[in-house]
Amino acid sequence: MHDRTLTEISQALDAGEISSRELTQDLLGRIDRLDGTLNSFVSVTADQALEAAEAADQARARGEAGRLTGVPLALKDIFCTQGVKTSCGSKMLDNFVAPYDATVVEKLKAAGTVSLGKTNMDEFAMGSSNESSFYGPVKNPWDLDAVPGGSSGGSAAAVAAGLVPAALGTDTGGSIRQPAAFCGITGLKPTYGRVSRYGMIAYASSLDQGGPMARSAEDCAHLLNVIAGHDVRDSTSVARGVPDYTEELSAPLSGLKIGLPKEYFGDGLDAGVNQAIGEAIKVYESLGASVREVSLPHTAYAIPAYYVIAPAEASSNLSRYDGVRFGHRCDNPEDLIDLYKRSRAEGFGEEVKRRILIGTHTLSEGFFDAYYKKAQQVRRLIRQDFLDAFEEVDVLMGPAAPTPAFDLGAQKDPVSMYLQDIYTIAVNLAGIPGISVPAGFAGKRPVGLQILGTHFAETRLLNVAHQFQQATDWHLKRPEMTEENS
Amino acid sequence: MQWETVIGLEVHVQLATRSKIFSGSSTAFGAEPNTQANAVDLGLPGVLPVLNEQAVAMALKFGLGIHAEIPEVSVFDRKNYFYADLPKGYQTSQMYHPIVGAGEVEICLEDGENKIIRVHHAHLEEDAGKSLHEDFHGMTGIDLNRAGTPLLEIVSEPDMRSAKEAAAYLKAIHSIVTYLGISDGNMAEGSMRCDVNVSVRPKGQQEFGTRAEIKNVNSFRFVERAIAYEVERQIELIEDGGKVVQETRLYDPEADETRSMRTKEEANDYRYFPCPDLLPVVLDCAYVDHLRESLPELPAEKRARFQSELGLSAYDAGVLSASREMAEYFEQVKDICGDAKQAANWVQGELSGALNRDGLDISDSPVSAEQLGGLVKRVIDSTINGKAAKQVFQALWNGEGDSADAIIEAKGLKQVTDTGAIEAMVDQVISDSPAQVAQYRDAEPDKRGKMIGYFVGQVMKASRGTANPQQVNALLKEKLDALC
Amino acid sequence: MALEHAEVLRAAHLARIDLSENDAAHYHDDLGRILEMVDQLQALDTEGVAPLAHPLDATQRLRADEVTENDQREHFQRCAPQVENGLYLVPRVVE
Repeated sequence: MHDRTLTEISQALDAGEISSRELTQDLLGRIDRLDGTLNSFVSVTADQALEAAEAADQARARGEAGRLTGVPLALKDIFCTQGVKTSCGSKMLDNFVAPYDATVVEKLKAAGTVSLGKTNMDEFAMGSSNESSFYGPVKNPWDLDAVPGGSSGGSAAAVAAGLVPAALGTDTGGSIRQPAAFCGITGLKPTYGRVSRYGMIAYASSLDQGGPMARSAEDCAHLLNVIAGHDVRDSTSVARGVPDYTEELSAPLSGLKIGLPKEYFGDGLDAGVNQAIGEAIKVYESLGASVREVSLPHTAYAIPAYYVIAPAEASSNLSRYDGVRFGHRCDNPEDLIDLYKRSRAEGFGEEVKRRILIGTHTLSEGFFDAYYKKAQQVRRLIRQDFLDAFEEVDVLMGPAAPTPAFDLGAQKDPVSMYLQDIYTIAVNLAGIPGISVPAGFAGKRPVGLQILGTHFAETRLLNVAHQFQQATDWHLKRPEMTEENS
Repeated sequence: MQWETVIGLEVHVQLATRSKIFSGSSTAFGAEPNTQANAVDLGLPGVLPVLNEQAVAMALKFGLGIHAEIPEVSVFDRKNYFYADLPKGYQTSQMYHPIVGAGEVEICLEDGENKIIRVHHAHLEEDAGKSLHEDFHGMTGIDLNRAGTPLLEIVSEPDMRSAKEAAAYLKAIHSIVTYLGISDGNMAEGSMRCDVNVSVRPKGQQEFGTRAEIKNVNSFRFVERAIAYEVERQIELIEDGGKVVQETRLYDPEADETRSMRTKEEANDYRYFPCPDLLPVVLDCAYVDHLRESLPELPAEKRARFQSELGLSAYDAGVLSASREMAEYFEQVKDICGDAKQAANWVQGELSGALNRDGLDISDSPVSAEQLGGLVKRVIDSTINGKAAKQVFQALWNGEGDSADAIIEAKGLKQVTDTGAIEAMVDQVISDSPAQVAQYRDAEPDKRGKMIGYFVGQVMKASRGTANPQQVNALLKEKLDALC
Repeated sequence: MALEHAEVLRAAHLARIDLSENDAAHYHDDLGRILEMVDQLQALDTEGVAPLAHPLDATQRLRADEVTENDQREHFQRCAPQVENGLYLVPRVVE
């Protein structure tokens, strides 16, 4: 059962092949056996999960089951969950038991899903390898020497390893798509504002967006149906109807116009990745799509602009961690400043401090115009690149990352780590949706094909991804997880 | 050397919304610590702000009330700094695109002249919590009930030239916000607080001197006193060859002095940037027009109308328009009695005297405007004389009757104007007072005028104060002179 | 724009993060390189381009002025490091 898709599991539950409780127990056992090696979970909430599974089985018995009732999943440890530790991968929140549920958590509960626990992540979602977590790095199930990607690395690894059929992630600069690519699963970053951010711990508010990570586009569509929608508690969430994202999955692709941004196939692109993406594009051509080259001329400026905007917002968003109302507090503070300085120095890890310092510096007097204002101007140009491209084509395609998963510990320099996000970051600046789907392997490590659409084009993206998955079986490949690993 | 004082005010007005500016917590005053601080107010991880419609409407009403420019778009910014009672490590405020642009406030000076004080802008922001310094084992306690209460910060141009002008400006702001019903204006509870920027310069000099900012002055009286002290301090300092430093000072009402606040902290750098959790507020013209139409007449307009239409003096018009309650009371009295000047005299005389004596606000007056109007009306139509009127007022104050008419009736205070009845009383008094009549007759004619008072008193007494004093006077004079 | 050592210390102070001398040197190095990367932005002519703060051109929605919250002090203070009589305690603040 652990290698089935969420859609298949939902059908099995409906058919009475297995109960939610049995499935939950099965997966909890698997986590117990395998996650010692992977480290993909920060907290496993077995008791709550079994309780929720039983409630789901009862609801099903009463004939009240919805599509996702009784389906197990996991939540990135960035989503506040009432009564459960919500650490955001940080020592700062190692003692933080959230007193409320994030909106998406409420929605998933209301839909009858069963959360097995909270997944590991880069600290405060700052990272591309899951190595900045206070709880240690996560390993890539395809190759234990490789990173799973980040920041939603725990979610990606858990799904890839069959510990859970689906998980929620968040994506600020690629944090759903890149780990999905590295772990060979499907991950969707919705349009900014499509999914409520309430209760999703903020990294960079104007870029953050939650989304599903699962084994197929169809799975993602089912999850998006539940979590999307306007939230009165989030001013930036969009008041716009939510379609049934599964409805158009089977629409044929004949006539689809695909654009290949030439900037996404330049220097630094791994040959194996390039080849896999090339093969994928051929599949699309065989499905009746036409392909042309397009240009996103400001691509090179996306990473510099991002590393002004995201740290600036983060420096302010993370000021609330001051050791007063929640979170880590240093011992024996001498005075208020000492309380702040030591609590924050002790509670935050190196990458978080780096970004807070950058953001503080670029916002400070005398630098604001040169950095922040400039970056926001460039942000408009980057968004315009996409809007122009979508005048000509329906979707854009390219690699989700320039290389397959790199080795643990390989990226020592922060700037070269940042440059890994070259194909994903501009998407967040523009606020458009993007999905990464498994498209083969470079060596034994998976390659992700990234598909981008214009604002609110999720239905189209899921359709395009699903049709690929009907024509290929990359998404069905599973890593060999020998249980002796643990 | 002749010195000129230059003053600008930043007035923080707490808006009278039911809930906070970005959350659904109550803003009620005086609750137990932290019982009105929800997840958003506490800045818990993951929470987000949503803007209160009334806070926007109230800020706009103020803007419209001071004839300010209302920009189509306004934006919230974050002001970043760490402080014990600032839960998120930033205050959500408006730096670059405030909700209210440049406007004007008219103040009324003691000499009856009016002066325009320009308002640079007014912006919305959230209040911080409170630090309590009672001894918690040498620690400070933080109460975040007030955190997130909506504030309108009104920033003036440096247009004031004396402490009195500053106080008049503050009073004018107070009366505008209370007229508009956008704040309770309760300074004791901190609903209005004020930072004062003060500098001095030699008379005739164009450039401003270096200013000091006096923080958190919270009464009209303290504003005047703090400025007076600070001006004197700055002049003395300069005249002794010193230099004013730009700094923040605190006014200590007990010592009646301003003191420099800690300077060991280096200058702040607030790193303002647009709050990414809030979107630009875009105002619909129709909405603004609707608010404009709903505005009540404001104090300056009322003052002008009281002078031009009702013929009141500048002073009376100023006093009677100072608060909305006072103005409404006065206008009701005026409408009932039909005489603005009489109404003004009664409201400012008898009524205000009694209110002051008992320490009451006009809204708590035991005599309603309707009652006072009924009373004044009876004075004007000569139903009662002035003396009886005072009795009636006192009776109304004491709750001895529902209306002036009822009291006049019950106490038989109706003025007697019937000549026959008065004549009978006059005759009686003359015949009962032979000694006084003789004195009158023997007196020099120019002394007789004074002596008639005795007879008037006797007649009034006989009539229990109800006789028309003019008639009594005339009849007595006629009859007594006839005896001479 | 080269980064001065003093600017690193200043940022750390503004951000209330304790940095040892060693840390500061290390961060100076990293931040310097990050800013160097960021400085590529300066090459782009953005004259007349309006800054973009949010990816969608949406405007702020307003909520009705209603009290929707009740007292949850005890619940919220369960995760607080130090409270007494309902107050959050911090080292003494001198006004």
